[in-house]
Amino acid sequence: MALRETLVDPHSHWMEDGGAEADVVVSSRVRIARNLSTYPFPHRLSREQAEEVIHAVRLAVERPESVKKLGLFEVSLLAELTPVERRILVEKHLVSPDFLKGDPVGKAVVLRPDEMVSIMVNEEDHLRIQCLKPGLALEECWRLAGDVDDELEATLEYAFNEEFGYLSACPTNVGTGLRASVMMHLPGLVATRVLDEVVSGLSKLGMAVRGLYGEGTRAAGDLFQISNQITLGRREDEIISNLTALARRLVAQEREYRQSLYAKQRGALEDRIFRSYGVLQYARVINSEEAMRCLSDLRLGLALKIIGNIPLGLVSELMVLIQPAFLTKAAGKDLKPFERDMLRARLIRDRLQVVRNGKGERKKK
Amino acid sequence: MICARCNKRPATVHYTEITNNKKQETHLCEECAREAGITGFGIMPQFVLHNLLGGLFEEQKAPVEPAYGRCLSCGLTEQEFAGRGLFGCADCYTSLRPAVDQILRRVHGTTQHTGKLPQRCGKLVGKKQELKRLRRELEIAVRKEEFEKAAEIRDRIRDLEKGLEGGN
Repeated sequence: MALRETLVDPHSHWMEDGGAEADVVVSSRVRIARNLSTYPFPHRLSREQAEEVIHAVRLAVERPESVKKLGLFEVSLLAELTPVERRILVEKHLVSPDFLKGDPVGKAVVLRPDEMVSIMVNEEDHLRIQCLKPGLALEECWRLAGDVDDELEATLEYAFNEEFGYLSACPTNVGTGLRASVMMHLPGLVATRVLDEVVSGLSKLGMAVRGLYGEGTRAAGDLFQISNQITLGRREDEIISNLTALARRLVAQEREYRQSLYAKQRGALEDRIFRSYGVLQYARVINSEEAMRCLSDLRLGLALKIIGNIPLGLVSELMVLIQPAFLTKAAGKDLKPFERDMLRARLIRDRLQVVRNGKGERKKK
Repeated sequence: MICARCNKRPATVHYTEITNNKKQETHLCEECAREAGITGFGIMPQFVLHNLLGGLFEEQKAPVEPAYGRCLSCGLTEQEFAGRGLFGCADCYTSLRPAVDQILRRVHGTTQHTGKLPQRCGKLVGKKQELKRLRRELEIAVRKEEFEKAAEIRDRIRDLEKGLEGGN
């Protein structure tokens, strides 16, 4: 899928079904920060220097050896995309929200067509290599990110110090430059109000938790991102296996809470889930907060097998499809909030209709 | 609901911040939210972290040395770092020592990288890291009076040192 397609299709590899622990873990991500030794860090680059960095990265990913090993990457200058298109890359989690702050000139995004690998050039660091996969798959993500890192290193000279490791603009990323994270759906922990305890427990272990979509009174969609904070003094495989182990524990806890919720309040829970499913199928106007809440209920219903026949991946896809930039792109023009809520309701209805009519099989990419 | 900032447009962005278990809700229209730097994703604004890091820098610097250090390569001052929380270039890490060590120790609890090495300098640095690790082990073995083990480690250290002197 070339960039043009990336910008119109809400589907991405990380939403695909079949990932490990998919009932709780939506996706896994590994990001490594790297800098070139001969240039100042991005916030102090001149325009010419920023372009030189992009050029060096372009040459590195276009090397025949790299293409042979990792496949073809597409380099796009951020300034050549419209603001809506840039937001879409954020909504699909392919670039960070911070990447869009400030001047788009002198920044580039490098994307593998399958969207499993993306590289932000001149974000806070010269390179931010990111790998995204569905389900709990941090090891696979790290392996892939490591391969990309090795290939780039063949032509790029990284800023590295024997004692401090890979050097980054911000001291919180120095050492391995590795930030691993898992996106988890935790409606059970939210409903039983133990999430606060979990959050403070995890932060004691050097992990950070944040709501993925920060609107409303609770993290919309009950989606949380858990990531390591410490990047120095631990090996990459230690960071990865620690976070994997913690995520497994959380998965087990979340399942337990869901089951006990289902056992104790079966009627109420089923009612909530089917109501939400009804709203998604028939509403004519829906704001993003309500849509996220209903989609979270639907996902819980699918995981508990209260509702069948809808792939979990479709829920992830819908959560991206209903974000503002995607809706604007789908409409082809700027929308007023009410128009947006109408379009959101229609798109959700249509997608669920297709699945209910048994045409839910997606074309493989 | 009307936007709490401009009191004109309807509030469509609802932002909740929880700090030390204290919940604060803000309801803004899209325009005001954008101006306030609140976007749909990654609500935690980054500058908060960077300000905090700057705080670490200042805190320790005051009693030790009143004059600001400056990076020899890019000219970044400690004061500039304290303001933004970002280093200017790779050389800042060595130019702005010992403040850098102190920050890293506070953030990560250590200053010693133990992970992946670039292939380019990997072999040499790998050996040096191994050497450091062995010396630590030797110390522990001696302290525990495990002299046989200590002798073994000492031999391995000697081999490694010979290798390093030989240029590799």
